[in-house]
Amino acid sequence: MIVAQRKNIPDLLAIVEKHRKLLLLGCGTCVTVCLAGGQREVSIIASALRMAARLKGLPLEIEELTIERQCDNVFLEQAAEAIKKSDAVLSLGCGAGVQALAERFTSKPVYAGLNTAFIGILEERGVWAEKCAACGECVLHLYGGICPITRCAKKMMNGPCSGSREDRCEVNPDRPCAWQLIYRRLKEIGQLDRLNQIKPPKNWRPSQSGGCRTIIREDHRV
Amino acid sequence: MKPEVFQPRIVAFCCHYCAYSSADLAGVMRIQYPPNVRIIRTPCTGRLETEYFMKAFEHGADGVLVAGCLEGGCHFVEGNLCAKRRVNYTRDMLEEIGLEKERLRMVNISAAMARPFADTIIDMVETVRKLGPNPIKQNGTMKQESCS
Repeated sequence: MIVAQRKNIPDLLAIVEKHRKLLLLGCGTCVTVCLAGGQREVSIIASALRMAARLKGLPLEIEELTIERQCDNVFLEQAAEAIKKSDAVLSLGCGAGVQALAERFTSKPVYAGLNTAFIGILEERGVWAEKCAACGECVLHLYGGICPITRCAKKMMNGPCSGSREDRCEVNPDRPCAWQLIYRRLKEIGQLDRLNQIKPPKNWRPSQSGGCRTIIREDHRV
Repeated sequence: MKPEVFQPRIVAFCCHYCAYSSADLAGVMRIQYPPNVRIIRTPCTGRLETEYFMKAFEHGADGVLVAGCLEGGCHFVEGNLCAKRRVNYTRDMLEEIGLEKERLRMVNISAAMARPFADTIIDMVETVRKLGPNPIKQNGTMKQESCS
């Protein structure tokens, strides 16, 4: 899922302070699961913004709404009425949600209330970790399902480096060495021989160079 | 004429298994404490969410007290520890907003601690009295629910 975290309250207030009627729009998908932009967070941030605005003497009115998914036009319709009544929208969705809103409601200012961080998973209660860099050409099959691009600090494709200390990464000792994990995993599934193959430099063309990436499925187009 | 002393309004979320019982015991023992608190009984402080504290302040509470069981003594094992983390998170958020974090406090009280319960209330009332009224009340219109 996409993991995000909220911007702090003074920054949010600075973004929206010139508006009078604001819609705080949450998203019921990824950002709800990572406790950043769901219904509950909408309620908390709306309260915080109202109080911060009152302390600054700003006449800010905030409406609250959470829709199922902000990155999908079908679900965006549920917010159309509320957006129409507002001067601006502060989205608690990920970057994709904010942009979908801005494209659909062209006459309204749409602002991001969250900092979208990464694609990751919940490792333990309250701890999320990055697992995928969306590099466009997945190599997980070569490394026992452990991604050296996101989980190795040096993105070593033919690792490990010599900095690993007692299973820990030398760049961040709080994190395990990804190559230690890869070795253990490949050993467990009987595929250690994969490490004998030297991997050529990774093809980064499908990654984030050359602007917005698109995928077109002709069989699904109408 | 003597200036009127500010009487803070404090919302106290009290756990049914400990602090609420200690408040009850304080009553039975005829222990006096300031009438500035509005006690709300909760099944466990772990039931309390950040939004509860935020709404209390937004609606005009001058202070919020969360009173849970002693650490290690929660009826639901670790509800009071969850509450402690949420209270700390909310205190940080109050500072971001521009409110004093001392307006929100968590204490751990057992059902037998009637005197400490009364002392906590006295101390909380004094702390909030020094801080003054919730500035949210003075700036702009309050929500209707807050009027009483």
